[in-house]
Amino acid sequence: MKPVPFTHESPKTLQLVDKALAGDNSKVMAGGQSIGPMLNLRLVRPTSIVSIDDLDELHSVHIKGSILSIGAMVTHARIEDGIEGIDLPPMLRYVARSIAYRAVRNKGTLGGSLAHADPAADWVSAMTALGADLVIRSARGKLRREPMAGFMRGAYRTGLQKGEIIVAVELPTAMGQAFWGYDKICRKVGEFADAIGAIVIHPDLKYARIVVGATEDAPLLLDDMARSIARTATAPSLDEIDSALAAHLPGASRVKRQLLKTAVARAIGKVIPS
Amino acid sequence: MTTGIGARVLRKEDARHLNGTAQFVGDIKMSHLWEAAYVRSPLAHARIKSITKPAGFEDRIFTMNDMVGLGPIAAQSTLATYNQSNHWPLAKDKVRFVGECIAMCVAPTRAEAEDLAEAVIVDLEPLPVHVSVETALAPKAAKLHDEWDNNLFLTTAFDNDLTEARKKATVVIEREYSTARQCMVPMEGKGTLAYWDGKAEQLVMYTSTQVPHLIRTGVAECLGLDQGEVRVIAPDVGGGFGYKCVLQPEELTVGWAAKHLGRPIRWTEDRREHLTAGANTREHKYKITAYADDTGRLLGLDADIWVDVGAYSVWPFTACLEAAQAGGNLPGPYDLGAYACRTYSVATNKPGFTPYRGVARPGVCFAMELTIDAIARAVGRDPLDVRRLNLVPGSKMPYTNVTGKFYDTGDYPEAARRAADMIDAKTFAKRKADAAKEGRHLGIGFSSFTEQSAHGTKVFAAWGLALVPGYEQGMVKLAPTGSVEVKSGNQTTGQGLETTIAQVASDWLSLDTSLIKVTMGDTGMTPYSTGAYASRGMVMAGGAVSKASEELARRIRVLGAYLLQCKPDETELRDGAVFKGAASVTLKQIAQAWYLRPDLLPDDIETTGMEVTEGYKPSIDTGVFTYATHAAVVEVDIETGKVDILDYVIFEDCGTRVNPLILDGQSYGGAAQGIGTALFEEVIYDSAGQPLTSTLADYILPGPAELPSFRLGHSESPSPYSRHGIKGVGEGAAIAPSGALVNAINDVLSPLGAEITSIPATPHRILNAIFAARDASAVAREAAE
Repeated sequence: MKPVPFTHESPKTLQLVDKALAGDNSKVMAGGQSIGPMLNLRLVRPTSIVSIDDLDELHSVHIKGSILSIGAMVTHARIEDGIEGIDLPPMLRYVARSIAYRAVRNKGTLGGSLAHADPAADWVSAMTALGADLVIRSARGKLRREPMAGFMRGAYRTGLQKGEIIVAVELPTAMGQAFWGYDKICRKVGEFADAIGAIVIHPDLKYARIVVGATEDAPLLLDDMARSIARTATAPSLDEIDSALAAHLPGASRVKRQLLKTAVARAIGKVIPS
Repeated sequence: MTTGIGARVLRKEDARHLNGTAQFVGDIKMSHLWEAAYVRSPLAHARIKSITKPAGFEDRIFTMNDMVGLGPIAAQSTLATYNQSNHWPLAKDKVRFVGECIAMCVAPTRAEAEDLAEAVIVDLEPLPVHVSVETALAPKAAKLHDEWDNNLFLTTAFDNDLTEARKKATVVIEREYSTARQCMVPMEGKGTLAYWDGKAEQLVMYTSTQVPHLIRTGVAECLGLDQGEVRVIAPDVGGGFGYKCVLQPEELTVGWAAKHLGRPIRWTEDRREHLTAGANTREHKYKITAYADDTGRLLGLDADIWVDVGAYSVWPFTACLEAAQAGGNLPGPYDLGAYACRTYSVATNKPGFTPYRGVARPGVCFAMELTIDAIARAVGRDPLDVRRLNLVPGSKMPYTNVTGKFYDTGDYPEAARRAADMIDAKTFAKRKADAAKEGRHLGIGFSSFTEQSAHGTKVFAAWGLALVPGYEQGMVKLAPTGSVEVKSGNQTTGQGLETTIAQVASDWLSLDTSLIKVTMGDTGMTPYSTGAYASRGMVMAGGAVSKASEELARRIRVLGAYLLQCKPDETELRDGAVFKGAASVTLKQIAQAWYLRPDLLPDDIETTGMEVTEGYKPSIDTGVFTYATHAAVVEVDIETGKVDILDYVIFEDCGTRVNPLILDGQSYGGAAQGIGTALFEEVIYDSAGQPLTSTLADYILPGPAELPSFRLGHSESPSPYSRHGIKGVGEGAAIAPSGALVNAINDVLSPLGAEITSIPATPHRILNAIFAARDASAVAREAAE
């Protein structure tokens, strides 16, 4: 398992990144934890790999007004360990702590994970649940924002256009006071999830969201159920959750629905104890 | 003596392993070395129509037709129904499993060799694929080997008359069980580096193997060389477990290429190759009928066992060892009235079966232990009581069981009793009830087995093998500096043999193991041994080294006595010196006299010298028997199917314990592999025979967070048939976990009307069993209304 031959560069400015990505067959490398195995398995065959690790602005974590901005190159380990001087929403540190293994978390990045868009990835579900916005830079240096909800079009497919990179993830600092629950079911510690359930409710912001993750597709939003919980402060029954899943995921096996239902119910249970 | 038999010494080899200074095949640096990569079959069964090499690189790419003089791997057996397969090291005419080697590419780097491999175009005509024993045995099934009548390597039958058992039985248990195909996943994969040594006029082959002397024989035979023209050296080996106890096709092609290209060639197996082309073990199916009386006493057992053995026989053990062991070991430690068993070694389009730690016993132990629990449930008794009723009691030892296995020493019911004590079985019912109040589901399970170790000549010959082990040779020498050299043709692969045979020498020679240098693995430097497999190392190599050390000790005392001016029987060898009363002379002084100043000694004293080679085998060929009971408490999350192991105990007896530290390690490691078998590991194929679990993201191994803190207990029932009463123990702990864990899981599931009879007991299987039970009871409720 050795990659095809490729050139490697580590540009020091965003303009140089744009130039490097202009070619036909170049790929961005953030932490290398997803693209590394794919290179070795020859699932990707770029002629050039462009590391974006040397761009200081992509490592920045700061608060501007009421918005927390986390640079795309911030590693899962940095979030897990906490950032000095910044109150990260507790849900972020909880989710970070259970991503893969510590060795992977030392290198794997938030932006890399979202751009790769593995349906079972934690940040894909968690950032959708938290209502995050992605700050995306175009090949010509223009910035745009896109909500995480909907950014992922399907498994490994996102709204990124050619030459675009994610530069930061933004969320309201108020999310630090939200009610939240996150439950992940995997066969083994550190493995990809078989089912994810996430719920975030912020009454003051009139924000309520339930995300079903690891569906082998983009995360599923159960908006009606979320609003109902926010209004009534009562949890849905297992049958109600099962019906919602059956309606949205008609192709899912009985075992898969059971796992998704359980993850969602347990996540809700952390916000509304029964 | 602080480092002799019984001492808890740290392993000699660990310093270099932990400091990264060990030398595995992949570490070797050699000038002009090129690396190899293989073109491997993308189809499970196909005829090869053509192989086209990329232009300009023809001299770096080899097919079977190019490798003139290289013959097939042809494992023979004299058993009547045996069908022989020819396994060409590169496929000739047909490919029979995904991953089979078709061509070999060499280049300065592995990456470039892989580039070449990708550029080779192979035109294949697909043939029907057999992914299961059912399709392979169906009437008119396409044949893997055209010259055979069917797809059966071998059938065996053991045939007691079950008429009485059937008449008297008030309880009849019928079950079908299955175990999954696995990969052995040693930390270091296979690897071979070969070059032609012009001065020695030998092919020198460094290879990651458990059996260097066997590989030498196999390589010489297939390459048409005299054995004197082949030297095999096993460097550090990062785990074998059976994967590396057979001749590898890659060893042959690397050897051929090294000889013909005149440069060193190396190939190392990567993880993907292992998980696809190395998916070669554990897959069985059982159909069992057990006959018992009202007390749960077994009257008879009738069984059919199918082993999915893949496409080719491995050399030298053949594809049939697994089924032979299955049929012979299903009764295990139990006293059965009558036993009938038919086995089928079925050829399928998968890699050829290789014996993996425990060989067939993890499967048969699983089947037997679940059957015992099923009998217990049927008669309404505690499974522990039913075991006590049926296990061969200590008072009957030595005991010849229904398949002719001669159990030498031990007390099997006592091991079960001790395991039950360790896991506090008496209070379990209350713990289970308390947990149930909190909505938690706890279960307890037991599993017992015997481990036949160091079985020898007559047993292997009875399996009709072309190559059987005989007397193991071991050499021990007093070196001029007063330290000792031990040489054994056996091999250390991480199981600690390098340390434990030093401890045997240490025991006789009263010298610290740090002064004993052990050399293994090199056919040029060590006496003959068939190698490390079947838990034979400690008994066989240890026995040979023991005999040689005993004789060397005698010779040392003769010299020491002369130097002390007394008779040998007035002396004592202890603390690294020969003593007569208060006077003493050190081993170093004795060595210096012998090697440097023979003028100080009489002419005729010990003319055979300070180097002793002895041959050894136990006084019986039928093996010496280790045994154990494992017990587990699990919690099953019935919403997710996840199993948490809350407690796991092993009570084991392996006779005289040479190094308790190493034995603990053997238990931890073996049990971890057994837990992999029970709960996690499974090679999955699609209907076209494509392996779907080709990376560690899909082939799940248990990690540290999945394993319990094992608690170990032991007794020592020495064997009267081995030196020092030692019994082999390498495989044992891998045998019982499936039985113990699935019995515990079924303890949770059975009140729900569900049962697991297939492993691994993944969340998927557990949930489906629960769903099936719910559906069945819903149907029953509807019917009743």
